[in-house]
Amino acid sequence: MSIIKSDGLTYDYIKKDENDNIEEVFRAIDGVKLEVKEGDFIAILGHNGSGKSTLAKHINALLIPTEGTLWVDGMDTKDETHLWDIRQSAGMVFQNPDNQIIGTIVEEDVAFGPENIGVPTQDIWKRVEESLISVDMLKYRNHSPNKLSGGQKQRVAIAGVLAMKPKCIVLDEPTAMLDPIGRREVIETIKLLNEKENVTVIFITHYMNEVVDADRVIVMDKGKIAMQGTPREIFSKVGELKEIGLNVPMVTKLAYDLKQSGLDIKEGILKVEELVEELCRLN
Amino acid sequence: MSIKLENLNYIYGTGTVMNVQALKDINLEIHEGTFIGLIGHTGSGKSTLIQHLDGLLKPTSGKVLFNDMDIFSKDFSMKDLRCKVGLVFQYPEHQLFEADIFSDVAYGPKNLGLDKEEIDRRVADAIHLVGLNESYYLKSPFELSGGEKRRAAIAGVLAMEPDYLVLDEPTAGLDPKGRDEILDQIAELQKRKNITVILVSHSMEDIAKYVQRVIVMNKGEIIFDDEPKKVFSNYKKLEEIGLMAPQITYVMHELNERGIEVDKDITKLNEAKDAILKALNKGKTND
Repeated sequence: MSIIKSDGLTYDYIKKDENDNIEEVFRAIDGVKLEVKEGDFIAILGHNGSGKSTLAKHINALLIPTEGTLWVDGMDTKDETHLWDIRQSAGMVFQNPDNQIIGTIVEEDVAFGPENIGVPTQDIWKRVEESLISVDMLKYRNHSPNKLSGGQKQRVAIAGVLAMKPKCIVLDEPTAMLDPIGRREVIETIKLLNEKENVTVIFITHYMNEVVDADRVIVMDKGKIAMQGTPREIFSKVGELKEIGLNVPMVTKLAYDLKQSGLDIKEGILKVEELVEELCRLN
Repeated sequence: MSIKLENLNYIYGTGTVMNVQALKDINLEIHEGTFIGLIGHTGSGKSTLIQHLDGLLKPTSGKVLFNDMDIFSKDFSMKDLRCKVGLVFQYPEHQLFEADIFSDVAYGPKNLGLDKEEIDRRVADAIHLVGLNESYYLKSPFELSGGEKRRAAIAGVLAMEPDYLVLDEPTAGLDPKGRDEILDQIAELQKRKNITVILVSHSMEDIAKYVQRVIVMNKGEIIFDDEPKKVFSNYKKLEEIGLMAPQITYVMHELNERGIEVDKDITKLNEAKDAILKALNKGKTND
């Protein structure tokens, strides 16, 4: 069953002058047809301004389509009566952890969401504990969030979303501000949630090596879906990606260059071990 | 010409129970004309360190010397220092405040009291340097994309024509093309004008590609200060302190373990390619 589905999804940013006359219309998303099945791990790539974040904001009904329709778990986002159900089904995590943490201690922050939708107190405790266990942050439950590292803060933000028991999490560049280990912590957490708890993940990033384990990669360009496929299929197209301002993981590029120089190795290598394996086979 | 930090310590919240020692006994000399990388996990003291370079923070103990002059001595001009050391903070686009890009970039030079001609030249140069052009002069910052805003903000610091340019994660949140473009332009500027660039980054790939010297911080101390190859060969130690080496380093080490002899210290793409091709060919001629 598909958790997210869109048809002809289009969104215009409209600029108006003082007299409310339309000055300029910028089409950020242009007729996107999308289908995400429950339990999928989808990565979205694209250069700045390609429409990724605009698309993400539709999934949690922060934006409503100008044309076309988007359904979250069968609910049309244009239907205001479903607004809170939609936001509960699809949680969002943003780039800067400092902008989304509001509690003075970790468990209070995680409890904020369920508290607001009127979950009984006993259940809130249970949800907070479960969520913190899922992101491996339980031992920090009584800590102040501003003493945590970037990766830990981002995991607390994820726990806050999990406490709402969403079917789907949309993460808009959650690793952009983190150091390498912080990035790895967040990626591992997301993967685990997807595998163990079957949460659907929509993951937006500019770091190509973070998407090698996704089920499907969607590449956006000029508001449209430019490419779609498994990481291996997408990263085989080194030239095409470069044309739309993207690149491939360093090891994929090295493998590609070696193949161009005449080495007989397979296409779309994604990991260090794979390349080493291929080279040893040739030796 | 140099900036020197001598036995520098910095403690946040001195005299309170919350005090945290952010920098511990830092000794560092930064010469003119080099491209330096500064890495370390979140909270390792990088940002605290760079704020000392142009006197935004006063050390708890120790000295900051600019051309051998103590920057906190009475007859030292802090204004002069801040013209010569340009600091680009994280997310500098949040600091755009003028109605149009030209005025925003001109703000610094105008405050230096330069004449109009010189201001115009500097603004034009700076905007060109970051890869924008005249068509942006009259645009409002709100009309620009994230990458363009970032460039405009960096141009504002470049227009001061600093001898030392310090950039705190200038490419966070930019797409790969934007990342490469901005760093390529900065690298070119560094060479052409022979200025010093200090790049704070979480991307080990970028550090390996651009810099001549890497300074690694951990818990307020400098633990490595050397050329990238030598620093990244300590990749196990780097992992322990929340960092990593570039992917290429891992490939080279792994190949050696598996009996393909390549230089383990290689961190750059082209060098890796050549070394691997050479190693594999050598294997064949021996057969």
